[in-house]
Amino acid sequence: MNVARYWRTEKTRYGLVGETCRICGEPIFPPRDLCPHCTEAGQDVRTFGGKGEVYSFSTVNDAPAGYSEYTPYTVALIKLQEGPLLTAQLTDVDEPDVHIGMPVEMVTRKLKEEGENGMIVYGYKFRPVIQA
Amino acid sequence: MRDVSIIGIGQTDVGERWERSLRDLAVDAVVAAMKDSHAERVDALYVGNMLSGELTAQEHLGTLIADWSGLGGAEAYKVEAADASGAAAVRLAYLGVASGIHDFVIACGVEKTTDADAETTNAAWSYGTDAEYEGNQGITMPSMAGLLMRRYMHEFSVAHEDLAPFAVIAHANGANNPHAMFRSPISAAVYAKAGMVADPVGMFDAAPLCDGAAAVLLCPTEVANRFASRPVRIRASAAASDRLAIHSRNDPLFLRAAHLSAERAYMQAGVAPHELDLFELHDAFSILAALSLEACGFAGRGKAAELAKQGVFDLQGKTPICTMGGLKARGHPIAASGVYQIVEVVQQLRGEAGANQIEAHLGMAQSLGGTGATAITHILEA
Ligand SMILES: [Zn+2]
Repeated sequence: MNVARYWRTEKTRYGLVGETCRICGEPIFPPRDLCPHCTEAGQDVRTFGGKGEVYSFSTVNDAPAGYSEYTPYTVALIKLQEGPLLTAQLTDVDEPDVHIGMPVEMVTRKLKEEGENGMIVYGYKFRPVIQA
Repeated sequence: MRDVSIIGIGQTDVGERWERSLRDLAVDAVVAAMKDSHAERVDALYVGNMLSGELTAQEHLGTLIADWSGLGGAEAYKVEAADASGAAAVRLAYLGVASGIHDFVIACGVEKTTDADAETTNAAWSYGTDAEYEGNQGITMPSMAGLLMRRYMHEFSVAHEDLAPFAVIAHANGANNPHAMFRSPISAAVYAKAGMVADPVGMFDAAPLCDGAAAVLLCPTEVANRFASRPVRIRASAAASDRLAIHSRNDPLFLRAAHLSAERAYMQAGVAPHELDLFELHDAFSILAALSLEACGFAGRGKAAELAKQGVFDLQGKTPICTMGGLKARGHPIAASGVYQIVEVVQQLRGEAGANQIEAHLGMAQSLGGTGATAITHILEA
């Protein structure tokens, strides 16, 4: 178990904390030390709203070690309203009901448990926006 | 810089090689490549491998293979670039000879995936993605391909069955390759009926992970005729990278690294795509075959499947692909695939491709790492 490895990215995983580049103004997620658009260093912390839409999706039937108990599950590329794409699991929805363009919102869920005495890793997943 | 030629090739049968270990397979390929030439000395050995540490608890692989191949004393390293590791080893071997530092260099690609259970292998293969922002979501390589494939079908109005030709071509060609893992042709109907690996990636859209090793021996072109009866010249060797995570790419359906490395290779060789007689591409997934063809100038955006249906990429077509079965039918021993591709182009250029022999003077091989974040392209000439 290596806790530091997980708490380093905790803000990003729990709160969708990314950046806005101070030089070129582009939104950045996940956060980086050098802007992927202009390669300059110098960004302001920015929290993304957690709303977006499904850009693409696929199903995992044969999981990697640590995720087998959750199969089958749906992974997706999510396009955040602010622009960036990210990779996340979909939750609270069955795959036949998913479509490209479907509005989704972020929730915090368990990603995996590491080993028998290991820690539980939480992070963002996305679910369909509940229509009012 | 010196011109470089390939004077020896070696490959093992691809498949579930329970009777041969990681090192056995690599040694088989290295020894075969040496026997294929008259070279008596090897200055350096580069071993392309992705997962020896994860699956076999073996690192320090370059030196191990040098030792067990009887190349004691040679400079030796393992080279890692995910699925493109073997192609990276070939490129380093090329650079070593071209620079004048070495005269005889072997590049070997080897992978042993069947010593671990499927879960462990799935996890380890996915380590070629971004561990913190892709891997931790429980993604796998087939599901990453699924993300690309579904978006492609959506953006370009391509149906799943439209991609069938890539699997049909590979399996038709693999049927005549004695080293291939799968040696039976399939029909478009069989393709359409197969189960899903990672929706929309079907069973015949995904190359099988397996065991195998291949090797090539390089030396300066000016002396190559002394060591081989039919040396094959490396006209271009080029590599490029893209953003590692799919979600960080400006246009996920454009394989920028594949495009850049191919353009660099065309420039070096002074050739255009239409002048190439064959293209061994990285069809770990059908969608990657389509995207590679589009990135390398063989098809317009969204048009690769249509051209494939017209027969452009068949053995008898304008630009045959996967002429010995590709990754799908020959099998995809991860890091080894990039070297198998080179070996297969050499077979075609030497006229040793058996029933799949085409009229070939110039051939290209391109290996992709992960979902295309690394691309390594070689152009070879008879
Ligand atoms: Zn910037």
